Amino acid sequence: MERKAKIVGSPVMKKDAMALVTGKPVYTDDLAPRDCLVVKVLRSPHAHALIEEIDTERAKAVPGIVTVLTWKDVPGKRFTMAGQTYPEPSPYDRLILDRRVRFVGDAAAIVAGETEDAVDRALKLIRVKYQVLDAVLDFRTAKDNPILVHPEESWRSLCPVGADNRRNLCASGEDGEGDVEEVLSRCEYVVDETYHTKANQQAMMETFRAFAALDPYGRLVVTASTQVPFHVRRILANALDIPKSKVRVIKPRIGGGFGAKQTVVAEVYPAIVTWLTGRPSKIVYSRYESQIASSPRHEMEVHVRLGADQEGNIRAIDLYTLSNTGAYGEHGPTTVGLSGHKSIPLYGKAEAFRFRYDVVYTNRMSAGAYRGYGATQGLFAVESAVNELADRLGMDPVLLREKNMVREGDRMPAYYGETAGSCALDRCMARAKELMDWEHKFPSRDMGNGKVRGVGVAMSMQGSAIAGVDVGSATIKLNDDGFYSLMLGAADMGTGCDTTMSQIAADCLCCDLDSIIVHGVDTDVSPYDSGSYASSTAYLTGGAVVKACDSMIRRILEKGAEYLGREMDQVDFDGKRVFCLDGSGEISLKDIGNRVMSGNGFALEVTESNTQPTSPPPFMVGMAEVEVDRETGEAKLIDYVAVVDCGTPINPNLTRIQTEGGLVQGIGMAMYEDITYSPKGQMYENSLMQYKIPTRQDVGRLRVEFESSYEQTGPFGAKSIGEVVINTPAPAIASAVAHAAGVQIRELPVTAEKIYDGICRQSHLETCR
Amino acid sequence: MEINLTLNGRKICGEIEAGTLLLDFVRSQGCYSVKRGCETSNCGLCTVWLDGTPVLSCSVLAARADGREVTTLEGVEKEAEAFGRFLAQEGAEQCGFCSPGFIMNVLAMERELENPGEEEILEYLSGNLCRCTGYAGQLRAIVKYLNRKKEGEVQGRGGEESGAKG
Repeated sequence: MERKAKIVGSPVMKKDAMALVTGKPVYTDDLAPRDCLVVKVLRSPHAHALIEEIDTERAKAVPGIVTVLTWKDVPGKRFTMAGQTYPEPSPYDRLILDRRVRFVGDAAAIVAGETEDAVDRALKLIRVKYQVLDAVLDFRTAKDNPILVHPEESWRSLCPVGADNRRNLCASGEDGEGDVEEVLSRCEYVVDETYHTKANQQAMMETFRAFAALDPYGRLVVTASTQVPFHVRRILANALDIPKSKVRVIKPRIGGGFGAKQTVVAEVYPAIVTWLTGRPSKIVYSRYESQIASSPRHEMEVHVRLGADQEGNIRAIDLYTLSNTGAYGEHGPTTVGLSGHKSIPLYGKAEAFRFRYDVVYTNRMSAGAYRGYGATQGLFAVESAVNELADRLGMDPVLLREKNMVREGDRMPAYYGETAGSCALDRCMARAKELMDWEHKFPSRDMGNGKVRGVGVAMSMQGSAIAGVDVGSATIKLNDDGFYSLMLGAADMGTGCDTTMSQIAADCLCCDLDSIIVHGVDTDVSPYDSGSYASSTAYLTGGAVVKACDSMIRRILEKGAEYLGREMDQVDFDGKRVFCLDGSGEISLKDIGNRVMSGNGFALEVTESNTQPTSPPPFMVGMAEVEVDRETGEAKLIDYVAVVDCGTPINPNLTRIQTEGGLVQGIGMAMYEDITYSPKGQMYENSLMQYKIPTRQDVGRLRVEFESSYEQTGPFGAKSIGEVVINTPAPAIASAVAHAAGVQIRELPVTAEKIYDGICRQSHLETCR
Repeated sequence: MEINLTLNGRKICGEIEAGTLLLDFVRSQGCYSVKRGCETSNCGLCTVWLDGTPVLSCSVLAARADGREVTTLEGVEKEAEAFGRFLAQEGAEQCGFCSPGFIMNVLAMERELENPGEEEILEYLSGNLCRCTGYAGQLRAIVKYLNRKKEGEVQGRGGEESGAKG
């Protein structure tokens, strides 16, 4: 049977769409038992303190309160909340409740009661005597600071990531090829600048939440808004110090994740309450908690040295990234790697590169995984530096990139030595240039009313799953009447992977989309999948679906041949029937499906897993046109053009929406979303009133197109889309502002204040200040 | 205290605390479409109609609904389906968590504004945040919905065509 893309590549509606748009109760909190206990967390007001005494008696006496837990009540074995494959690179530095609190918002006690009201009252009645300690608040001073965030003996790192808790180091390392200092010393132009990105919040509309209950076997069943159900199972078993066999995790519909839910932010609290009390319980984070005590992007400061000759050949790239993991190390050792490994390879022709990094602990909120996962931070730095290089050379930054960009077939030394097997970056650039009318708009146009419009460009790459680590799986069953069940362990969090995986299955099995019913995720039922992160699902789980379908077809052929009284090589399958090649007979899939339910010892059910030795990067080009008011510094995004190479778009609607959504998150990061702290370490942007995610009036015009390459190792030629799309706005917008106002902003977000300040300093206008 | 109101066309009597928010009350009555996304009246997820006017149910006391008519997405299911299908055909529902509040405002806008232009649409809906879609797909869906409705095509659609091409 020949495999043809018919449903793959077509913009079908998501299978769950109508339930979502009619407001059906399909999310975690809609499904929680009505009588479950309400769980809340008492949070530390101090950035660093030891709990000397904690008096819970008055809180426990509040009518309706069922339990109040403190550090004395929880297991003493450290674990990580990072949803990663075991052994996790993130250090085991957490307890459910710890005597030492390490940031403003860290958990000090857990309260569970019959009503929210009772719990709120009890929280106010817990008396904590803190010994307030000096805190490490500036990540530039964290390494080798005498104040240690994790002095405890029980801290441990499972992987060789250069971690040392006695030095506040969550990770450190160095990588390189060639003699970067020597090449830089021979470069005519060297850009030597530092770029700073903030701890942006994913701000998915559904905050963190989970509920727990015991099943008839005494097992803990946790329904969670998570991207990583199987990792949640392991992490809860670690946290509670119980066997993994005692835990079952179910993922319902998810109201967005963007990486936030790749960390087990909230699940441990209802889990321990239910485990200890036997009562069902739930936690629903407030937006305030989701802002101050969650798992945002790692703040990074990236020092770039970029060397080139007079003709604009980029010859050397040297990067040092300082990453702030905050109070705990979730995703600290891994995000930092992408800041170099997914920025430097865009310029594969350089003779030498070096990438060094430190990831430090501070007394700030713990960071985690956010779409882009370090690549976003690294690309802001490297792409800004390339734009600055172009400006210094007096060269068009598009031309500079065309000279230096990675092309199909190139080896990428800084990308683990992998080869760009599929790469349409050059075509993306050509098309973006055309769409933006770059030739006419570059570098800027004076609009004659005090406003100047500038344009800026940036490139981006990401990966498609973690090479050699991630596992994608699919189970397919043939049912009576010939419909299929597709069971997935990958988590659809709104992205639509339940549907895109069904599209792949439908084309592989030569059936229509309605013949595939899809289920995900229940760790008791679904095949093991590492989860939906690292841009893995389309590429890796999609590959598993192809494999599973191939196995299923072999089984159908075998069974069909048996029923027809033929050998397997005498029959074929066309999606509807197994037929004899000589035309002497056939049996429909429906009949096979029905017949195997009686007198059959050969299950028409298969599970296949997929892992890949490489992680083929998707690529893209983004171009921004920004209008700057030179009187006030106000910057307005006028137009954004994005051209993406994600390999084959499995569902063009969903890839487009992923792109537009990623761009707007990137635009938010570039222009609006700031994270700042008081001198005592309290975060100011603790609500959606202060933390300005873009509204629909803030984003200007978006234009998205695809220039697809074909990835041989991907299902139907697909790579990934989810993350690559968030990376270009920050450097492209910063450069557009530089071209409009002559001010290069190197610390995000790019605000009117910073632009105005820059314009003033440039023109030495004393009156400005 | 006791309140009497009409919820989605049905007369009900509810026992509430004085401080109960309308959001929590309608959820307790099984209207699970109504979601909470913040505590600062910024996200629009909890939008319901009070006497036909969109309000943020997180910022209205349930007691205020006494004697009045409250409508949630459950109460306008047919319309939600009709517009929702346009939204879904753009893939612009994505996670769907903001969809109910957003759709309540789209339907209110449809009643309130005649032939709104794109700027007007963006302004009317600026209080409805969405973190997934980047808004562009939602706008495409609204424009197509309003246009087709003008052409009288909406009535002719319908039927469950899961997997329909967009």
